[in-house]
Amino acid sequence: MSAHVEMRDLRVAFPSPRGPVEVVHGVSFTLGAEKLGIVGESGSGKSVTARAILKLLPRAATISATRLTFDGIDVLGASERQMRAIRGKRAGLILQDPKYALNPVMTAGAQIAEAWRVHHRGSARQARAAAIDLLAQVRIRDPGRVAALYPHELSGGMGQRVMIAMMLAPDPELLIADEPTSALDATVQAEILRLIEDLVARRGMGLILISHDLPLVSHFCDRVMVMYAGRVMEELRAANLSAAQHPYTRGLLDCLPSLIHPKDRLSVLKRDPAWEG
Amino acid sequence: MKRVRTLAGALASVPITLFGLVLITFVIGRVVPIDPVVAIVGDHAPPEVIARVRAELGLDRPLPVQFLIYVKNLLHGDLGRSVMTSHRVTTDIAQYFPATIELATAAIILALLVGIPAGVLAASRQGSRLDHIVRVLSIGGQSVPVFVLGMIFLLIFYVKLGIAPGTGQQNVLYEGMVPHITGMHVIDAALTGQWDAFWDGLAHLALPALVLAYFSLGYITRMTRAYMIDALKGEYIITARAKGLSGARILWRHAFGNISVGLITVIALAYANLLSGAVLTETVFSWPGLGLYLTVSLLNADMNAVLGATLVVGLVYIGLNLIADLAYRLFDPRVR
Repeated sequence: MSAHVEMRDLRVAFPSPRGPVEVVHGVSFTLGAEKLGIVGESGSGKSVTARAILKLLPRAATISATRLTFDGIDVLGASERQMRAIRGKRAGLILQDPKYALNPVMTAGAQIAEAWRVHHRGSARQARAAAIDLLAQVRIRDPGRVAALYPHELSGGMGQRVMIAMMLAPDPELLIADEPTSALDATVQAEILRLIEDLVARRGMGLILISHDLPLVSHFCDRVMVMYAGRVMEELRAANLSAAQHPYTRGLLDCLPSLIHPKDRLSVLKRDPAWEG
Repeated sequence: MKRVRTLAGALASVPITLFGLVLITFVIGRVVPIDPVVAIVGDHAPPEVIARVRAELGLDRPLPVQFLIYVKNLLHGDLGRSVMTSHRVTTDIAQYFPATIELATAAIILALLVGIPAGVLAASRQGSRLDHIVRVLSIGGQSVPVFVLGMIFLLIFYVKLGIAPGTGQQNVLYEGMVPHITGMHVIDAALTGQWDAFWDGLAHLALPALVLAYFSLGYITRMTRAYMIDALKGEYIITARAKGLSGARILWRHAFGNISVGLITVIALAYANLLSGAVLTETVFSWPGLGLYLTVSLLNADMNAVLGATLVVGLVYIGLNLIADLAYRLFDPRVR
């Protein structure tokens, strides 16, 4: 499959009282039907980079890039109407906390049916049937009952399944998961990740997984991109993560406590101002 | 079953509020420095006449006893007689209140039709020129006193341009022609098929309704805008955009869908305000409504009429608050 996403020198800036502040300073990558992990600390620009692909940034943000395409379509030049044909239909976005990311006054079923209907043009009855079928696909036991529930009646794990079902409704080719498990309990986290892995593999989708959990990403993805302060520090095959060369990545790895090789003192990341360019 | 219980919860507070309302209106009626007896018989009546009338009205009894009698009469639907009109106060209110309902309803419909879309659009284009215009206009509606606006409107549209009729509910030509069915002049004219009187009534309704609508519009627009700005910050709006929905659907189905229940409270309060607070507008436009009745009664020390009208205003507030509360419990899935 050809590259889904091609990004060259992405820059994103937000206005501030003292002039525009650039938060992403020239990020480049290409993505095919593979699983790319983006890791980094809070504020390193992971989410902004991933959302730029769908132009889902606040209106105040200015995005520029020498090249930003989705399946050959120039995203920066695309109209809002053209973007709507990509959003949902060709690329879905899963957000961190289903408590806030689901509409509180619509039932789970209605929200999934809506996503299905925007891109499939079917009747309300077909949309409802599709929603229940999708809930079953994300392994919800009693999909008919859950479809009638409101978000506040769902547990975190169930909410995230609903979110995934909603984003899978139009059969996208790419899934962007922005910290999909950070708001969940550890046991539920594993289930949700397995579910995403399974669905991505079965449907042959591309995946961008944003996380600050290095080991998780290295287990789960094909490639890992490490970001710091709006720049890519290093990009490498996930399997080679333990052999990372960049001092920032090494520093992050050294900070992780290990059960097998316990240390008296955990090492602390020493930041090099040079990383910030 | 759960729903019945939440509704019962909302209703349970009503009797307590009602009792408080009756008590307060009664006390106000008795502490104002007006002697209702003197108001009836005049300043120069001989003392024994004054004493006899006082006894007839039961005003020589202790206050708690008077209150009990007042409540007892109230429960029989008796608000006493108006000195000024010599009718039962209930009859008077049935006569005047529909005109206020007519005016307030026309005003709230206008305010909603303009205010809600204006608030939603202003919020969706926050900081734009449209937003600034909407904000200035809505602050104007809140800050310009209605009687000033009413007189300016009369001056421009009636005196200068001559395109609007003057004060009152109808032209003298139609006086007494339209039977009292609902009491709302325009509706009665339409019901009896008197279209000349209908159009005349509508023309008379236009200016005071516009003045009152502009007042409520300011409030409704500002609240809609503030609620919408809050709703549009929600994460679920990003989700809705990521689904590829149209801007209009995100705005109305997702954002407005979240605030509509909250707006019911705002609208109910605005409507209650119109039903009770139209006193000044009704005076400026000589609109024969409850506000005018209340003002005239007060100036004539007609205490039964004042108490009766005040009670109605209080009931309007309690009733509309109750409706808003019930709507909340019925329509908001999070409360339900």
